[in-house]
Amino acid sequence: MATSQHVVPAAVTARGWGWQHSGRPHQAVRGLDLDIAPGERVLLLGPSGAGKSTLLHALAGVLGSDEEASEFGSLLIDGVPAAAARGRAGLMQQDPDAQVVLSRIGDDVAFGAENLAVPPSQIWPRVAAALDAVGLRLPLDHSSSALSGGQKQRLGLAGILAMRPGLLLLDEPTANLDPAGVLEVRDAVLNTVAETGATLVVVEHRVAVWADAVDRIVVLAPGRPGEGGGVLLDGPPATVLAQAREMLSAAGVWVPGHVPPTRPRTNSGGGELLLSADDLAVSRQRGRRRHPAVPAASNIDVALQAGTALSITGPNGAGKSTLALTLGGLLPAAAGSVLAAEPLARGAAKDPYRWKGNQLIERIGTVFQEPEHQFVTGSVLEELRFAPKLLGRGGDRVDELLARLRLEHLADANPFTLSGGEKRRLSVATVLAASPQILVLDEPTFGQDANTWAELASLLSELLDAGTAVVSVTHDAEFTQVLGGNRLELGLPIEAAAPASAPVPAAGADAQSLRGAA
Amino acid sequence: MSVDVLAQPRSVAWLSRANPLAKLGAAMVLTVALLLTVDWVSASVALACELAILPLAGLSLRLLLVRGWPILAAALAGAYGSALLAPKTGAVLLEWGPFLFTEGSVESGVAIALRGLAIGLPGIIVLASTDPTDLADALAQKLRLPHRFVLGALAAMRLVGLLVAEWQTLGMARRARGVGSNTGVFGRIVASLGQAMALLVQAIRRASRLAVTMEAKGFGAGPRTWARESTYSRIDVWVFGAGVLVSAAALAAAVVLGTWNPVF
Repeated sequence: MATSQHVVPAAVTARGWGWQHSGRPHQAVRGLDLDIAPGERVLLLGPSGAGKSTLLHALAGVLGSDEEASEFGSLLIDGVPAAAARGRAGLMQQDPDAQVVLSRIGDDVAFGAENLAVPPSQIWPRVAAALDAVGLRLPLDHSSSALSGGQKQRLGLAGILAMRPGLLLLDEPTANLDPAGVLEVRDAVLNTVAETGATLVVVEHRVAVWADAVDRIVVLAPGRPGEGGGVLLDGPPATVLAQAREMLSAAGVWVPGHVPPTRPRTNSGGGELLLSADDLAVSRQRGRRRHPAVPAASNIDVALQAGTALSITGPNGAGKSTLALTLGGLLPAAAGSVLAAEPLARGAAKDPYRWKGNQLIERIGTVFQEPEHQFVTGSVLEELRFAPKLLGRGGDRVDELLARLRLEHLADANPFTLSGGEKRRLSVATVLAASPQILVLDEPTFGQDANTWAELASLLSELLDAGTAVVSVTHDAEFTQVLGGNRLELGLPIEAAAPASAPVPAAGADAQSLRGAA
Repeated sequence: MSVDVLAQPRSVAWLSRANPLAKLGAAMVLTVALLLTVDWVSASVALACELAILPLAGLSLRLLLVRGWPILAAALAGAYGSALLAPKTGAVLLEWGPFLFTEGSVESGVAIALRGLAIGLPGIIVLASTDPTDLADALAQKLRLPHRFVLGALAAMRLVGLLVAEWQTLGMARRARGVGSNTGVFGRIVASLGQAMALLVQAIRRASRLAVTMEAKGFGAGPRTWARESTYSRIDVWVFGAGVLVSAAALAAAVVLGTWNPVF
């Protein structure tokens, strides 16, 4: 197999290369001089705004459609301008759902090869070999929508592999994945590179995932005036990490063996009971009389006290998000009950699902995994004012939150134009603006850089000490360690599942850590 | 968890092995034939033949009702309207205030309903037994429609399926922000409009990310090959022949029984 899949690895040469997106005052990348030898494996780092994605997109030849943009210098693949080197580079993006084009996995893998006019007789052998290399052993007519995030990323990789590119470009390929998915995708990439011998360029915040697997780390400097642009550091992983440890962690890069400092919890005593679930079953489907909903998880008992944290963990598809939505009063219980105790209900109905919108937000605030789903206005300031206005309160908390989450300079910006970390901070701030007694968060740390992570963890620790209860769906062991509290693990056999009456102690202590271990 | 309404398991019915173009052609011949005349005989003959073909498309009567009820409802509404408004010939069957039904008007109502069903049913049969990917392959390879357009539409179809789940998620995400607290009809309309706008924004953002993926996979830059070749087989002759035969039988029956009632 190794010989049949082998490709001619590509060389990358940049000379004074720069790129300015249309309508932007500064170049995203400026004055870049870089040589990548055929077959080299490079991890590309840099603070947000350093133009890492821009460089990958340029190498993949997908920046060209923007006619207002301006390009400087030269960017070559094997001596040919990158935009003209069709089929030499394959690009994998962050969003698993944007990776899949066709509805059957075999067709989806064949898509790229078809576009490169590969003779049909060669395509199916390539598809089989590619699926094998990424470890996706499913029937060719399996539905591509029925895959997990990690599987979708591997499917995307197989599609790239079937094109036999000499250069593999990965733009934060594991940012949206749980720890199991991260390893799954990384191993598939390394296996692919070993089999084909292709050149690899990967952009990722989490250095530990790739540090052992790459030959070289290149750190880019932002292209803004005063920042120099171009390459800041370049060398073997150990050398670069030793030289630039401080600088990288200050820029929010996850450096191996370093967990950013966070505010420690000061009190751990639980307050009064706020919310309880009794023999709860959860489902996104609406049950009908003759067809009851199939529960995503069942037999769940929860007792949530003021000032305590509850972490919900478990494998993909175990019903973690569905449980969070049900506890958040957004889905009805499929069976059993969710009951608000008097200190929370304060005269409203017992079942949070029956609360009106304005009753809900001052009692339970839910932060969704995708911040964009929760933006309802046109500016950051309006977003923050939205809840206080609904509740007929003044806006004094708004300024405090703006400052606390470093969003002041963005007050007039459109929420959709923010960076990933800013969007996450805003989505948390908007929910906090209503001062809920319970905060429910779905994977709040997915894809976040170390700075946003530390800020979020510190903020939640502060809220917990002040008496807010925090429920989070998370795979992040360090995060649960900061918050403390109990852990509820879904998707285990009934007898091993942890009801709230017998919680698993010390959340995250035994969980495998990707970040901590170098 | 996604609710992908379009990614149903691939049909294994006999008709699904026919080329989509043969099925479309047969349905088109039948439609044109039935458009020529409004009478209950031709429509009944065509409808009976179509119902007989249902098992070949893997459809049961129950499944047909589930998928085709809008057509049935439209046909019944059409029948009622025609019976009410058609020329009042023949004996009076029912008279109640302004409502007057005669033998003649009821007959044209029945004819309109049967014709509507007979024209609508082939569409359901073709849809139920045709995979969208096969249809796209046939349109691009056999009809030589531009592949950029056909494959773009196919990729977009897949996203439409994801929109159902997205709408649900958006509804919950916005309730968590307190949207829709204003009760009353007007408040609800405003909230739904806002949610529809948010759905549109998400759809466009996802589509543009998908476009980058497709472009990065070399889509639309030059000539392409097809891993799945769209071919005609003996089945297609049978399918198209059946369409012509049923049309001819329906029209012949109307002429022989003297109900031929040309539109033009």
